[in-house]
Amino acid sequence: MNAIFADVPLFPERASTTAYQVDALFFFLCAVCGGMAVLVAALLLYFSFKYRRRGEDDRTPRITGNHRLEWFWTIAPLFVFVVMFVWGAKIYTSVSEPPPDAMEIFVIGKQWMWKFQYPGGERAIENLYVPVDQPIKLTLASEDVIHDFFVPAFRTKIDVIPGRYVQIWFRPTKVGEYHLFCSQYCGTNHSQMIGKVFVVERDDFRKYLDGRKATGSLADQGWQLFLKFQCNTCHSSNAEARAPVLEGLANNMVTLNNGKKVRADDGYLRESILNPEEKVVQGWQPIMPTYKGQANEEDIIKLLAYIKSLKPGQTPSRNENSSPPLDAPRVPPKEKIEPGDRKPPYQPEGQNGKP
Amino acid sequence: MSDAIVRGFVPQAKARPPRTPETHYLNVEYGVKSWLLTTDHKRIAILYLIAVTALFLLGGAAATMIRLNLMTPRGELLPADTYNKLFSAHGIIMVWFFLVPVVPTVLGNFILPMMVGARDLAFPKLNLISWYIFTIGGIITLWAILAGGVDTGWTFYTPFSTKAARTNVIPTIIGIFISGFSSILTGLNFIATLHRMRAPGMTWTRMPLFLWSSYATSVILLLATPVLAMALILVGVERAWGIGIFDPDLGGDPILFQHLFWFYSHPVVYVMVLPAMGIVSEIITCFSRKPIFGYIFVAWASVGIAVLGFLVWAHHMFVAGQSVYSAQVFSALSYLVAVPSAIKVFNWTATLYKGSISFETPMLFALGFIALFTMGGLTGLMLAALGVDMHVHDTYFIIAHFHFIMVGGTVMAYMAGLHYWWPKMTGRMYSDFLSKLSALIIFVGFILTFLPQFVLGYLGMPRRYHVYPPEFQILNVMSSAGASILAVGYLLPLIYLIWSLFAGKAAGPNPWGATGLEWQTPSPPPPHNFDETPVVTSGPYEYATEEITDVH
Repeated sequence: MNAIFADVPLFPERASTTAYQVDALFFFLCAVCGGMAVLVAALLLYFSFKYRRRGEDDRTPRITGNHRLEWFWTIAPLFVFVVMFVWGAKIYTSVSEPPPDAMEIFVIGKQWMWKFQYPGGERAIENLYVPVDQPIKLTLASEDVIHDFFVPAFRTKIDVIPGRYVQIWFRPTKVGEYHLFCSQYCGTNHSQMIGKVFVVERDDFRKYLDGRKATGSLADQGWQLFLKFQCNTCHSSNAEARAPVLEGLANNMVTLNNGKKVRADDGYLRESILNPEEKVVQGWQPIMPTYKGQANEEDIIKLLAYIKSLKPGQTPSRNENSSPPLDAPRVPPKEKIEPGDRKPPYQPEGQNGKP
Repeated sequence: MSDAIVRGFVPQAKARPPRTPETHYLNVEYGVKSWLLTTDHKRIAILYLIAVTALFLLGGAAATMIRLNLMTPRGELLPADTYNKLFSAHGIIMVWFFLVPVVPTVLGNFILPMMVGARDLAFPKLNLISWYIFTIGGIITLWAILAGGVDTGWTFYTPFSTKAARTNVIPTIIGIFISGFSSILTGLNFIATLHRMRAPGMTWTRMPLFLWSSYATSVILLLATPVLAMALILVGVERAWGIGIFDPDLGGDPILFQHLFWFYSHPVVYVMVLPAMGIVSEIITCFSRKPIFGYIFVAWASVGIAVLGFLVWAHHMFVAGQSVYSAQVFSALSYLVAVPSAIKVFNWTATLYKGSISFETPMLFALGFIALFTMGGLTGLMLAALGVDMHVHDTYFIIAHFHFIMVGGTVMAYMAGLHYWWPKMTGRMYSDFLSKLSALIIFVGFILTFLPQFVLGYLGMPRRYHVYPPEFQILNVMSSAGASILAVGYLLPLIYLIWSLFAGKAAGPNPWGATGLEWQTPSPPPPHNFDETPVVTSGPYEYATEEITDVH
């Protein structure tokens, strides 16, 4: 018997700072709720035994209640509940706020696999490598239906919802190999949309990334897409530009043409690529065509990385040789630029190779 | 002591064996037509009993297949698609075609008019129509499930259900949509009956607690069901015509569906649990021969649950990317809704104090209800804590929690009520030994099935998994073994209850010595319930034999 149960885990491994917080609250809840369960069970058993019917002529008193006692057990639980609520809310809030030094990794869920993109442009499927003791911020998107990124050893999960970005962060504390599950039902192979999270030493993590041989950082790849989709036809710094320049835009406030101010965060940038007419910046015409169907979630993550890396003066100048993007109004060329005049418009700062 | 006023329960004379009356609702007419066109609430209750029992067996068969498949980590028994269709069928049938209707339509239909001292419900024809609507909805859904199936789970989450699922989504939701009208009509009928048909002297505070909880249930059915109907229609519209409502590719919002769905589906948990609580209040008082401890608190707790139950829906969405503030508000409200349930548990327990407790079958089930419901409620407190929900959401912890509420709670109480009122419904007693045995088997089987699932859930096994990592196998095998015991426990009553119809002893009007109006008429009752309109002169649970000034 012992041999069988020796390998049966009864409690999940703890591999993140969150895991310790969640477990502490869980133990507290088990103690309080377990205590209540034992109390109720003991009273039921005790009364059932003590006041069992001894004969048909048993006499029973007419006790119809006791207001003081009833108010007591109406109000008293509330105090316990406040502790449970505050404690739980504290952990939840701390998990939603990533620390500033967190390393960002992008995660894309699709039926039925997980894809990962590192800032250096390295890509992986199924297995996520993260360095130990480093806060990791995940930005997650779905290409089809709702998935859920769940790592039991980190005690954390988040639904990955199509049409938006969601975020989660954790700090792994223990080197090891842990389950990654999709825990939101997503169709036939939902139970096989699984993977592993490998928490490794920093050096091993660097070696891992070196072995992935990226063809340029995410921002580099985004720059190539920026040119391929001809974004610079309109988003240029020229005087006749048809669209706002994107330099220094990311995470700053922009004013829309309905007067509202929004933060140009990942979600806003993503929406502006896929659904550009929704939130047009003040002073510009809603002329941008949608890139839905042309840019997939991976492309958008690259474009976002590029836009975020864009510093003043780095916008590539317009490329007159190719046609403007689909459906875009034609902008008559004012001056010819000789092909040879063009400087490399963007010098990536990353160390991972040049475009 | 000895010269205290003796009131309330007086033991029945043992000398005369009870007899079945010559004419009663079962033998007043014969033939299929007399049943299918009946407007007698008691016959309609029997029609419902047959329908929901058949559906319970189907839902149970699906559960059996699920548990068999999960015996091995690779899920060799069933292909993934079949497995997904089976858990969807299990959820859809059990929630909409068993748990929601079972207590109101079977026990409520039979007992509620008699409890208020009425000849029938306020709208007898509407009552029959609602059975037909329920049956038509059920048949359509069953057809959709059997002819190809549906693999969205009972939750129909978008955009999976609107664009990715390749199964019979639309026929299934049409079936559920139709059966929703039956819920609404039943709720309407109960509310009208409770307002208009109470016997002379039965004031609101003299109503048995089952009526309070039925009233609260009816209000929820009336207010929440239309929201579900709307949400399902929108799923159908998007799926059929590609009109963007939930699918972000069409400009919709998938989370909107979850809000609409849970705005119905959380209150509907209380539709399942409130009538169950009403049953338990009737049985605990009867078998401990005591008035309920704190009638007003227990009655208003039902109302409190019905109201607060509408304000907690988004606790099903704590990990669905909602804002931190919204999560905090819904977490706090979820704790609030636990208070009335806690009141009820404490008051039932206090009712036992100084009682004369006998352990007939209904009482065993009712005590089982209190134990299991308490565990379900307490694990609910864990889930309401945001930090813990983040880990156990969508795992087997949730599965175990809501089965404690719905099976350990509602089904236990339904079994309690069925055994309590069976002599009234049929005029016959069932086997004492077998029924007590089945109560025991169900309790033990239930614990064995669902306790390991709490451990599995905290370990991180997600729900709706056809295959799973091998280290979870032993706990899954334990759960499946428990399920096989549970299955025996549920099949046993089917045998001895049917047997009792032919060979059971005559029950007599009041075999338990209970005080409700339904026990003042013969068993089975005459077609119009009462020969004379009863007059109510006291509260519902005058069991006590001693006059004691209360310990207020």
